[in-house]
Amino acid sequence: MLLRHTPKEIKERSALTVNPAKTCQPVGAMYAALGVHKCLPHSHGSQGCCAYHRSALTRHYKEPVMAGTSSFTEGASVFGGQANLLEAINNIFTIYNPDVIAVHTTCLSETIGDDLTQITNKAKEEGKVPDGKYVIKANTPSYVGSHVTGFANMVKGIVDAFPVNTGHKTNTINIIPGYVEPSDMSEIKRIASEMGIKTIVFPDTSNVLNGPQTGKYDMYPSGGTKIPDLIKAGDSKATIALGPIASGPAAKALDTKCKVPCEILKLPIGIKATDEFVDRLRILGGVSVSEEIKTERGQAVDVITDMQQYFAGKKAALIGDPDQMVSLAGFLTDIGMKVRHVVTGTSGKKFEKRIREAAGEDVNVKEGGDYFYFHQLIKNEKVDLILGNSYSKYISRDEDIPLIRFGFPIYDRVGHQYNPCVGYRGAMRLLENILNALLDRQDRDALEEKFELVM
Amino acid sequence: MEKKPELKPEEAAMELVACFPAKVARKRSKQIVINEVGPEEQVPEVMANVRTIPGIITMRGCSYAGCKGVVLGPTRDILQITHGPIGCGFYSWATRRNQTRPATGEDTNFMPYALSTDMQEEQIIFGGEKKLKKAIEEAIALFNPKAIGIFSTCPVGLIGDDVHSVAREMEAKYPGINIFGFSCEGYKGVSQSAGHHVANNKVFTDVVGLIDEPKEGKYKVNLLGEYNIGGDAFEIERIFEKAGLTLHSSFSGNSVYEEFASAHTADLNVVMCHRSINYLAEMMEKKYGIPWFKVNFIGAEASAKSLRKIAEYYGDKELMDKVEEVIAEEMKEVARVRDDVASRCAGKTAMMFVGGSRAHHYQDIFKEIGMKTIAAGYEFAHRDDYEGRKVIPSIKVDADSRNIEELKVTADPEKYRDRLTEADRKRLGDEFKFKNYEGMMPDMDPKTLVIDDLNHHEMEVLIEKFHPDIFCAGVKEKYVVQKYGIPMKQLHSYDYGGPYAGFQGAINFYRDIDKMINTKVWSLVKAPWDDSPELTATYACDQAV
Repeated sequence: MLLRHTPKEIKERSALTVNPAKTCQPVGAMYAALGVHKCLPHSHGSQGCCAYHRSALTRHYKEPVMAGTSSFTEGASVFGGQANLLEAINNIFTIYNPDVIAVHTTCLSETIGDDLTQITNKAKEEGKVPDGKYVIKANTPSYVGSHVTGFANMVKGIVDAFPVNTGHKTNTINIIPGYVEPSDMSEIKRIASEMGIKTIVFPDTSNVLNGPQTGKYDMYPSGGTKIPDLIKAGDSKATIALGPIASGPAAKALDTKCKVPCEILKLPIGIKATDEFVDRLRILGGVSVSEEIKTERGQAVDVITDMQQYFAGKKAALIGDPDQMVSLAGFLTDIGMKVRHVVTGTSGKKFEKRIREAAGEDVNVKEGGDYFYFHQLIKNEKVDLILGNSYSKYISRDEDIPLIRFGFPIYDRVGHQYNPCVGYRGAMRLLENILNALLDRQDRDALEEKFELVM
Repeated sequence: MEKKPELKPEEAAMELVACFPAKVARKRSKQIVINEVGPEEQVPEVMANVRTIPGIITMRGCSYAGCKGVVLGPTRDILQITHGPIGCGFYSWATRRNQTRPATGEDTNFMPYALSTDMQEEQIIFGGEKKLKKAIEEAIALFNPKAIGIFSTCPVGLIGDDVHSVAREMEAKYPGINIFGFSCEGYKGVSQSAGHHVANNKVFTDVVGLIDEPKEGKYKVNLLGEYNIGGDAFEIERIFEKAGLTLHSSFSGNSVYEEFASAHTADLNVVMCHRSINYLAEMMEKKYGIPWFKVNFIGAEASAKSLRKIAEYYGDKELMDKVEEVIAEEMKEVARVRDDVASRCAGKTAMMFVGGSRAHHYQDIFKEIGMKTIAAGYEFAHRDDYEGRKVIPSIKVDADSRNIEELKVTADPEKYRDRLTEADRKRLGDEFKFKNYEGMMPDMDPKTLVIDDLNHHEMEVLIEKFHPDIFCAGVKEKYVVQKYGIPMKQLHSYDYGGPYAGFQGAINFYRDIDKMINTKVWSLVKAPWDDSPELTATYACDQAV
């Protein structure tokens, strides 16, 4: 047993987190910043944070992840990090020539009270920001929220910096795709374009963190939302924000700043949540749902109807980020599975209510929980399937329960970068993964006389 | 990418810094030298262990990573609590591949657990000591450990939480448990190196020397600076056992608390990673009289040399014969695989930029398959790691290093025991070189590039100018290098391979390098249409429409 010290009996803990189901704000901010074309994220703090965040994202995406750091030593921690950030901005524009530097704070620079607005203004006054270049920012103290909050804050930082309301409304719809994979952002763009709707999707990490092998390295890959588009987002006729926690704050800020009305929807994971997204797109865009999308929907539903007996009554335990968990719990419930345990590391008062709406009253829900607690729930009531990030594999092995890797980080598999979970195609991929896991288990456990070729 | 014509190292050194602002270029130029080995291993001076330039995309990490991640991370039964916001605890959770092997399924193994106080805004404002104490109590109730280490993250130092007084208070409350804190806040020092030193100091003052019962066995050796990445320590232990040596404790791969606590009863300390643990070797010599010397178990020749040196230290004929027997036996398979791999790899070039001994050690193993290292450097080394320990007296201590405590150590009146008799000293002579590390540069060819604290931009220039056949660094660098169509070997995590230490490890490494360099995959990068993208012909039916 790898997790041999985890007892079945659950005792309340108020101070100790064991095996966290979340991480800190800056990594989410760094990820969001990579979704802007020619943007270099910058971590304002000591260099360990930046090293850890780059390593985590690199391991998850298996792609280069670039970011600067203010490299605080003890002196900067005592006297403030202004000199370090000014020097960093100058060095970054001179050496790496990005169009945008996206600065986020760390717990260190937050604790000493560095004022990013004042420092970046000073950088501009001192001519350290070349014409046509930008420094954007987000406050991301690690002792508040989680990586999801950090993502939300940097997306809001993008909104604070770029969109302009020129008074000439366009027929474009902004989509904030939420804290999802590059493959998901690309799928969201495809669905909208399939329906003939003009969109600005931001942030957009597709073709940044799932780039091709071409034999040459480019520090700024072709993907990422372009700055002119970000500026134009202020003239769009509406914004659809997917996932209230990750995308809500930016959508609301854009409404306030540029009078672009927003609708905050669930992440489009599963049939119903995708239906809602597609339907809003249809109505806002004034279009009909394309045949292609209708076919995709029909195919996904067909798989469910054909194979429903294998889903029916199977118990699942989920651990991950709140926006994802809400949609995923709803989807699993819709296909006939019983969602038993849902844990998110991110704190949020509405989480429990949302999960119960999606999966019924009879489910163990915990916000601000950890893997240790999640494991204890499973020890107390076994499930047939776990959905969670790579750290779930320890529980999966110890308890002999199949695992589908889902969420962040996934260090030990590929696929998440390239294949979506959102939309009907994403639903199809999830269904395939779930069925394969359940059927593999049935095959493995079957008696010889019950071992069937056709299933 | 096409092979570039031979580039003079002097030109390369200029190109590396060409696009930097003047001030940055001036500083970096002192950290980039062209190797030259004079008589008595005299080498040029390289600037090292200095601040990272703000804004530079660096390979370095922080003090916390060096202390918790590197040195203490691999210990199996010291419960480790990160005091801070959640991130640091999360990132240092099972990401360094420190393997461990408890004797039974019931034995203590805390390695798969990450414990954190997950500090919230409230603790930043009102202080986190109360939460830390509560967390320690909860941890004791759950895990019942023998020892607990508390690791400080950046905000802990800033808000003034005193982890040491918390440790003392909790130890008084739970007298059976050894509780100690590490002031390894991320901003300390200029790199991971500061954290190594902090870790060494605390393990020395609070753990080593507590248990006086020695381990059973003959020729008891402590292996320092071996972290059991990919099972390296398992392989070294296998060789030791085969040769009749007793691995008393390894610091800190696959280690347990009792072995640390009784390490002062061993006969000898051998040091693998000089940078991360030379402090402990020095202090144990002063306090307990345990001599130390540097070894290298990366590469079959290096392993054989290190084994012979250990046997020579003991001077026991039986042991020396046994060691020769083991080497001869192991070398048969090594030679077979080495010759086969060398037939495909000889003449190829490597660059390596990692750690604080690995960039040196791995040059030996590449040499065994005929490969040449044309540029190398360390992420967090000091001058002695490059130029040899003889330069230590001339190293200027700056403000960043002064913040790391230097312990005053004297001989323990009861436990000090001189391991070497006068006769031993005479037998071994000056040639034996105790407490010495000759550094990386004397081992490197003249005119090769030695670069301290390589950064992203310089790495790109090196690759474009020299197009090495393999590049070795860490995970942050891996996919950049590979986008250029060049295989990249991680020398921190071994790309999930290993072990690479010892004789079996050498075989593994030869084979893995062969697979990387000679795979057909790189030939797929170019598509057939890349050479002639223009449409040259059309079918008649297409034109008919």
